[in-house]
Amino acid sequence: MSWQRIGAVFRKELRHIMRDPRSLGLALVQPLVMLLLFGSALSLDVDRISTLVYDADQTSASRELIRQFKGSRYFEVEGAVDSTKAVERGIDRNRILVGLVVPRDYAKHVAAGQTADFQILLDGSDSNTASIALSYVNALVQDYGNKLRASALSRHAGRSLPLPIDFQVRIWYNSSLESKNFVVPGLVAVILVVIAGMLASLTIAREWEMGTMEQLLSTPVRPSELVLAKMLGFFTVGAVDTVIAVLVGIFVFDVPFRGNVGLLALTSCLFLCGVFFWGILVSALAKTQLVAYQVGVATTFLPSFLLSGFIYSIDSMPKVVQAITHVVPARYFVTILRGIFLKGVGPEVLWGNILLLTCFMVAVFFLATWRLSQKLA
Amino acid sequence: MWERIAQIVRKEFIQLLRDRRRRLAVFIPPVLQLMVFGYAVNLDVDNIRIGWMDLDNTPASRNLLAGFQGSPRYHIIALPANEQEAENLLDSGDAHAVLRVLPGFAKDLERGRPAGVQLLVDGTNSNTASLISGYSQQIVAAFATPVVRKQQQNMLLTLATSGNTAGTSMKAPRLNVDTRVWFNADLLSRNYFVPGVIVNIIMLVTVMLTAMAVVRERELGTMEQLMVTPIRPFEFILGKTLPAAFIGLIDMSMVVAGALLVFKVPFRGNPLVLLTCVILFLFTTLGAGLLMSTISNTQQQAMMTSFMFATPAFMLSGFAFPIRNMPVAVQYLTYLNPLRYFMEIVRSLFLKGAGVEVLWHQMLAMLIFGVTMLTLSTSRFRKRLD
Repeated sequence: MSWQRIGAVFRKELRHIMRDPRSLGLALVQPLVMLLLFGSALSLDVDRISTLVYDADQTSASRELIRQFKGSRYFEVEGAVDSTKAVERGIDRNRILVGLVVPRDYAKHVAAGQTADFQILLDGSDSNTASIALSYVNALVQDYGNKLRASALSRHAGRSLPLPIDFQVRIWYNSSLESKNFVVPGLVAVILVVIAGMLASLTIAREWEMGTMEQLLSTPVRPSELVLAKMLGFFTVGAVDTVIAVLVGIFVFDVPFRGNVGLLALTSCLFLCGVFFWGILVSALAKTQLVAYQVGVATTFLPSFLLSGFIYSIDSMPKVVQAITHVVPARYFVTILRGIFLKGVGPEVLWGNILLLTCFMVAVFFLATWRLSQKLA
Repeated sequence: MWERIAQIVRKEFIQLLRDRRRRLAVFIPPVLQLMVFGYAVNLDVDNIRIGWMDLDNTPASRNLLAGFQGSPRYHIIALPANEQEAENLLDSGDAHAVLRVLPGFAKDLERGRPAGVQLLVDGTNSNTASLISGYSQQIVAAFATPVVRKQQQNMLLTLATSGNTAGTSMKAPRLNVDTRVWFNADLLSRNYFVPGVIVNIIMLVTVMLTAMAVVRERELGTMEQLMVTPIRPFEFILGKTLPAAFIGLIDMSMVVAGALLVFKVPFRGNPLVLLTCVILFLFTTLGAGLLMSTISNTQQQAMMTSFMFATPAFMLSGFAFPIRNMPVAVQYLTYLNPLRYFMEIVRSLFLKGAGVEVLWHQMLAMLIFGVTMLTLSTSRFRKRLD
């Protein structure tokens, strides 16, 4: 391996990238725009659940129940209607998510110390939002139910019973449960994959189409040197992207950064190299830009978005798919990023992920080199 | 005129279907997305790994453990003995949560004092974390109910024996909420995601095909050759867009068939309304493809540009992330996203069985988008040809 040859190809690559300002601009601006837009817009937080109320009872007891919903930060009571039909219509027309129906003798049952029923109608189409809304409803009902009992008991018996269990939930790492803290570090990985994989596979596929790749291969440059030099060219762009993304995450989105900067830099380099090698491999396999694009999207963007644990937790996937996620490098990088950003853990916890990321990078490097030498033969 | 259009259409189909890889590129995405969203990914949380840290170790605390073990959602994977072990479990991500029964749990229960139970949840994934704490609360509440009842009896007994009034009623109201989940009674992610795939696929395939069909000619220099033939710009445009529209319709049928037959997603609306809306949506995507071709000289630029528009359009369509959760400014921005309307229409048609009387706003918006997009792009396209 000759550093001089690598250097020569690397300089050529840099010039190549600089000469096409549009692609360069896209490669530098796009991650910024994506991060800003998605970091602020992609949220799975469920609050301000639009709620419609039908109070058939119209008593102070029923109004007290409704006040519980109004007072909760999770529910936003949009108004009151005068029939169950109207509540149902609201759900039908996508106006509301939750309908609360208090039947006529609610107050009577409460006063008599009987079971007081009321109804919640829930639009279940978005199952995730609905499940979370449901758990809020249950928590609220439990809480308020306990209060009602306690006050009734203290009226009857002169003293009340405390709640038997003091159940405290403590959320670690992301105590306010804001989804931006969860989305942004993962987003950094996805954006890097998109930029890196697509840039590499497309640019080199164009060289295949124009035949300049064959010319390069006919020079004394060896395939491994070519792969390395090409990667280094893109790497400079990718490194700038990474720095931008991390800074935006920390300073614009206020995502806590609790870990080690050096570890972040090291693992990002491993990841970037791996993804660029992958892009080179894809372009060598695909040869045309259209196919390189399709294969690129199918093998970089989609898996990193869907199978990395970025949004969809790997634990809820079928076993077969869980096995597949092990060949998605973004899976390891997302875990590492969250570990460094939110948990502040170091190599003692993350070594497995770092090792696998390294394996991926080395394996793809050899595959790409092998593929290029095949072309040479 | 129709003959010339037919010739172009035929040429496009030959070019598209000649190459095996290009053929795959048209028909693999729908199958792939169906598999992914129907089978692989979901937001349901039904595999919760918890560590059980029992600092009390009494029959009462083991009863609570049995409550968690009885739920199919929970898997107890470790019994950490001290704080350090519990912390390691969460740090490494091996457990989603650690449940800590505080010392004196049984004694406090016995004496009617609040007995301490703590749940430490890994909040890294905020969505999973809120569901886990919700589910755990329910299990703990189920455990508490008989305890409360017993305490009441005890209290009644003490009051009676202490000669308090014999008529004391211990009746206390109980709230019972009867929850009815509509449209997706089992709360399956799949029923929500699979219909949305139709929208993604049509956009992905038709925008790309149209843009590529034009830019390829320009890049290879065959555009000039085409221009010297008697073909008129309008015919050229139709010839380039019709094949894409046709492929889009085929892809859509594949997705609908898969959704209904394989994933058993209910379809409660009118198929004709769906077809009408698809055609309205095609106006928009074909127009977008043409527009993209006018601002790109190479296939790579066309792809980068379309990717730059497609990703935000997809992310802000409400497909995976509810629009109501976005910042208000971004929510207004989504009104400029044609995917948003089509997504609402498709989901309402599948799950809610809504008709035109409910969906006409969205349909009107798509019509406006389609017509504007097509006029804009054709006029720009013709200018560029001259």
